[in-house]
Amino acid sequence: MVGVLIGGFIGGSLLANPNPVAISANTQAYLTTFGIASSTGLMPAELFNWTTLFTLKGFLLMGLGGFLVGFGTRYARGCTSGHGILGLSALQWPSLVATASFFAGGILFSRFVLPYILAL
Amino acid sequence: MKNLKYLIVGMFFGLVLTKGEAISWYRIQEMFRFESFHMFGIFMTAIPTGALLLFIIKKLKLKTVEGEEIEMPKKEYHHGIIIGSLLFGFGWALTGACPGPIYAQIGTGFLVTVFTLLAALFGTWCYAYFQKYLPD
Repeated sequence: MVGVLIGGFIGGSLLANPNPVAISANTQAYLTTFGIASSTGLMPAELFNWTTLFTLKGFLLMGLGGFLVGFGTRYARGCTSGHGILGLSALQWPSLVATASFFAGGILFSRFVLPYILAL
Repeated sequence: MKNLKYLIVGMFFGLVLTKGEAISWYRIQEMFRFESFHMFGIFMTAIPTGALLLFIIKKLKLKTVEGEEIEMPKKEYHHGIIIGSLLFGFGWALTGACPGPIYAQIGTGFLVTVFTLLAALFGTWCYAYFQKYLPD
């Protein structure tokens, strides 16, 4: 855990890419409608900062989001690496069910719920 | 000193996740909207690489650095896989992170995501606490 944190620091600070994350123009146009600009950081600073943390929007993004990640990982007994990469590499079918459900959850949520949260 | 190897592997994992932009909230939104190949490319490279390495480990009967057999734990199906994974997907869309990347997000300088980590820990604790009332 400490290693991943240090790795993130090295990749994100010491070896940082000076250019904004080159996401597709469609995604950026969509995010711009919610006032989210592209940035050189890997996260939009408009959403992930200490001021928004204490608003409903920030609380849902980080608090509810984090809670669901933790709760869901335990419930599914694995995460993206455990099921999605290791499980699928080992051809374990329950991991395929899990990976399909990770994506189903994310796709449905991004489409039907997230826009309302970003609009807050 | 004994933990140094875990630290090095963890650092490498964190570095790859960060430079691959797999911890980027922007990339996760893009992935769920199917507007770029980027994240799918990562998965489609990682899975065959993992399969190849598992095959080599099995074939050469490689052992861990401590000399133990490497066993691949069998993933058992239970309905919680579907329910839990859907909830996980909601959280992934919100935070732009799955469990490993949360640490890397903190490391890239977004210290506020410590709160995501605390919320995730609270989530795992709640699951343990309420497990007996939940459908398996």
